[in-house]
Amino acid sequence: MAENNLTINKLKEKFPNSILGEGTFRGESTVTVPKEEIVQICKFLHSDPDLQYHLLTDLCGLDRLPEVPRFEVVYHLCSIKNHQRIRLRVKVGEDEFISSVESIWKSANWYEREAFDLFGILFKNHPDLRRILLWDGFEGHPLRKDYPTQGPDFDKPFVPEV
Amino acid sequence: MTINMGPQHPATHGVLRIVLELDGEVIVKAIPHLGHLHRGVEKLAESKTYHQSIPFTDRLDYTNAMGNNLAYVLAVEKLLGIEVPKRAQYIRVMMAELQRIAAHLIWLGSHALDMGAMTLFFYNFREREQILRMFEEVAGGRLTPTYLRIGGLSKDLPDGIEEKIKAFVQVFPDRVKEYETLLTKNFIWLKRTKGIGILSKENAINWGVTGPTLRGSGVKYDVRKAFPYSSYEQFDFDIPIGSVGDVYDRYIVRLREMEWSNGIVEQVLERLPKGPIIANDPRITLPPKDDVTKDIAPLIRQFKIVSEGFKPPVGEVYASVEASKGELGFYIVSDGSNHPFRFRIRTPSFANLGALPIMIEGGLIADVIASIGSLDIVLGEVDR
Repeated sequence: MAENNLTINKLKEKFPNSILGEGTFRGESTVTVPKEEIVQICKFLHSDPDLQYHLLTDLCGLDRLPEVPRFEVVYHLCSIKNHQRIRLRVKVGEDEFISSVESIWKSANWYEREAFDLFGILFKNHPDLRRILLWDGFEGHPLRKDYPTQGPDFDKPFVPEV
Repeated sequence: MTINMGPQHPATHGVLRIVLELDGEVIVKAIPHLGHLHRGVEKLAESKTYHQSIPFTDRLDYTNAMGNNLAYVLAVEKLLGIEVPKRAQYIRVMMAELQRIAAHLIWLGSHALDMGAMTLFFYNFREREQILRMFEEVAGGRLTPTYLRIGGLSKDLPDGIEEKIKAFVQVFPDRVKEYETLLTKNFIWLKRTKGIGILSKENAINWGVTGPTLRGSGVKYDVRKAFPYSSYEQFDFDIPIGSVGDVYDRYIVRLREMEWSNGIVEQVLERLPKGPIIANDPRITLPPKDDVTKDIAPLIRQFKIVSEGFKPPVGEVYASVEASKGELGFYIVSDGSNHPFRFRIRTPSFANLGALPIMIEGGLIADVIASIGSLDIVLGEVDR
């Protein structure tokens, strides 16, 4: 993941007011963007002929409790043509909606379902936002920092509706 | 009609459930349901030290344990910014490639078995057994060796193992030819795989598919070449790709990949350098086992690292390897404490399985098995 100046410069040029922060750690570039513009920015990164981030490698949630807003959605994009990676970070609060990028990358469908399942992050315009790893009757979102790692989680037997 | 396939179905390679809506024998809609093997590894790792999480990685894709170890330790090493000795890097490559061969052999055997070609299974498991015996000699474990450590390896290669690996790589290309005589031009095999489960180039990329499944669709993307790690840039190998993106192409790509992996192992054996097998950083890496039993200072160092762990700097890293199924990445966020703040595993099977519905919708129900088999999913890493 080499330092990615071209992408950052292009982003700054196109969205001058939307880069909330950028950083490089161990040669990996991270750009923080506002949640309102995530779809436009992703569309630009996907379709720009010099960048071509056609592969959404990963999308995951992150809980920064007690910070406000508490959640982050982290996007790892990869350009197969240029062998470049970039990481986007979006801050989103509890019970707030963030737009789905499913219309750009189909792979986001399951990743966003997973982030919803494990963190309770809500995605707008997602075609099928339901739990993916846990069962439908599960209460809570286990990867949240305030979800206990130990405890009587099976005190109520789970009886699926038939 | 709606059919429930799985979770207890021998051809779903674990506990995958797919709800199939049918019109006659044609599939109208396929909805995979996951999570039967969800163990919460990502949550669990948040309360463990960095060393303690290595054994979890073996159990993600349990056919590719060495590769999983490698992805994780690379991520932690990147976070710490430490350099791994050359010998350790080369042995890691060798183990990862032997593991790739073993993983592809499991895939080939079970894929062929699903489609009714039982003979191949016995041939494949003969060679896989040899590899697992070598792993047992090297690391002490067969399926879950946990051989790698942060900064290097747990121990050096035992005496005489190099000759055994050499003997294996010399005969293995002939073995692949043997498999090919059973399948590649077999009329029934061609009928069941050619033109089945087609995944176009654009769809494959858009659905986040990686690994042999992506290369079967004709995309030349391999993490070993695109983002080289652990000295892969020093070895000669090619990336085989398919053209149509059907089940047959994925089969051919994996066969060729086994041959290239074999070639890489051969190159490692020729050029294996001498030297230490683990970086010497007293705060992070474990001391040599011999010293621990003889001297008090290494014993204290071992005890401190095992009980307290170490504290990497605040930051976040993503490191990925080309595992046998595709791009396996670890995204680790550190808050400066001795356990990860966020431990995210990007597993190839999860993304690859997402593309299953578009491969099988519109096809026949009998071809579902062929498509699932050709994706080479392991539910251990889909559900985590």
